[in-house]
Amino acid sequence: MIHIEGLYKRFGGYEVLKGVNLHVRRGKTRVILGISGSGKTVLMKHMIGLLKPDRGAVKVDGEDICKLDDKGMLQVRRKFGMVFQQAALFDSMTVGDNVAFPLREHTKLSPEEVARKVAEKLDVVGLNGAEAKFPSELSGGMRKRVGLARALVLEPTCVLYDEPTTGLDPITTENVDQMILEASAKLKVTSVVISHDIGSAMHVADDIAVIHQGVIVEDCPADALRQSRHPFVQKFLATWFGKQ
Amino acid sequence: MNAVVAKLKGALEFAGQATLDFFTEVGLVTQFMARILSASVRPPYRVKLLLQQAEFVGVGSVFIILLTGFFTGAVFTLQSAQAFQRVGMESMVGSTVLLAVARELAPVLTSLMVTGRVGSAMATELGTMRVTEQIDAMEVLAVDPINYLVVPRVFASAVMVPCLSLIFLVVATVGSFIVGVSVLGIDEGAFMARIEWFLDPFDFTHGLYKAIVFGVVLSLIGCYKGYNAAGGARGVGMATTQAVVIGSISIFVLDYVLTSILLIGAPD
Ligand SMILES: Nc1ncnc2c1ncn2[C@@H]1O[C@H](COP(=O)(O)OP(=O)(O)OP(=O)(O)O)[C@@H](O)[C@H]1O
Ligand SMILES: [Mg+2]
Repeated sequence: MIHIEGLYKRFGGYEVLKGVNLHVRRGKTRVILGISGSGKTVLMKHMIGLLKPDRGAVKVDGEDICKLDDKGMLQVRRKFGMVFQQAALFDSMTVGDNVAFPLREHTKLSPEEVARKVAEKLDVVGLNGAEAKFPSELSGGMRKRVGLARALVLEPTCVLYDEPTTGLDPITTENVDQMILEASAKLKVTSVVISHDIGSAMHVADDIAVIHQGVIVEDCPADALRQSRHPFVQKFLATWFGKQ
Repeated sequence: MNAVVAKLKGALEFAGQATLDFFTEVGLVTQFMARILSASVRPPYRVKLLLQQAEFVGVGSVFIILLTGFFTGAVFTLQSAQAFQRVGMESMVGSTVLLAVARELAPVLTSLMVTGRVGSAMATELGTMRVTEQIDAMEVLAVDPINYLVVPRVFASAVMVPCLSLIFLVVATVGSFIVGVSVLGIDEGAFMARIEWFLDPFDFTHGLYKAIVFGVVLSLIGCYKGYNAAGGARGVGMATTQAVVIGSISIFVLDYVLTSILLIGAPD
């Protein structure tokens, strides 16, 4: 579904991505692991055209999205949902309006149907009845879950999650993981999940990629990660398995 | 000798860079304007957002325009009455003040007040949305932020600034009349007659054309600065300041340019 070839990106004098190659299989969940500041968010923003690469190609269903104009880009984005690391809710709108926003923009549903769908999605993320609240009245974790509901309300074919569970308690984390799994199992959604949390990653991933110093240093099925010979991956894993 | 050459070279380089930066910026604003134009003819047409913005720009500014308009008319009457008294032509006071207000003061002062109140707010709002990734989020949701956020603001401003300018003109007339006739005791009949005799419809359209252009420019700059803000709270603060400073200066410069163009077509 998403194919990234030789992606380079620099900010000022600092080269963040130095030739990233990555393939996200249709209907599968791809987890990207890496330490803070390794360029995970930057990589994800390229997948949806929020950043333009200095070099390289990002192909979505075979189409190079770096070459699209504004209108073509809007078309491609209809296929996507994205959960931002900092939620990025519209702070001038209520929670309900945030989740309803994509529905009002892209469907012809009646106000009652919109309200019903919003309530349903908020229920899934454990926030039923929060429609009238403003984002500033919510905690960080609650905001993140509203962002999740907003990204999923149109039932996109591909969802990008930027650290969907960071900062959430273990129980809510488990729920979110379950949501990702369900979306992929029931709706055949293609997912890309950025994570620091190896446990959660192993749980939801079909494929795992590890990004380090601007390149993908490991790319394998989830269950093969433990056999990785790459020193950085071994170190990364040791911190987690060491604790068990 | 070498030191002088080096200094000269440095100065030239600086001037060159500044000129280059200026034209790059003008190019970018032009590009931004082209995007606004193309987004404004493409559906969806956001009538509700347009009305919301019109309310914010227009209705929200009425009070300050009433105040500034009234006192501008009043103080100009006070000043020019004293000047005209020296040549014994007090009856010309009303018409002179109105001419200045209709052609210059109403559009320029209205636009400056609106830049301070609305241009800055646009830069802050869009800037905050930019640095908190709300604009990115909108793009990801396949909604064109130019169409959703910028077009309604620019059009609302293009319509409401001329309306405000007209209100300014009306209250300035009232202020002028009160000071001229009631305070200074100029003959009411002469005051009014001179206005009718002296003023031309052109004087009013002249001011309105300017107000439309200023309305577009101040909102364009406010939105441009906010839309391209970067670097957290400091970046938003800078965008706001620049929106007001560049907006105000542009109004003065454009005022001169527009006046010279409009006066070519003026009836004499
Ligand atoms: N807009 C930008 N301008 C300049 N530098 C940037 C920008 N965005 C990201 N960077 C730099 O790119 C690097 C990677 O950032 P990125 O946000 O992708 O990290 P990350 O892997 O998502 O980290 P985290 O896990 O902490 O979210 C960082 O060093 C950051 O300083
Ligand atoms: Mg990140």
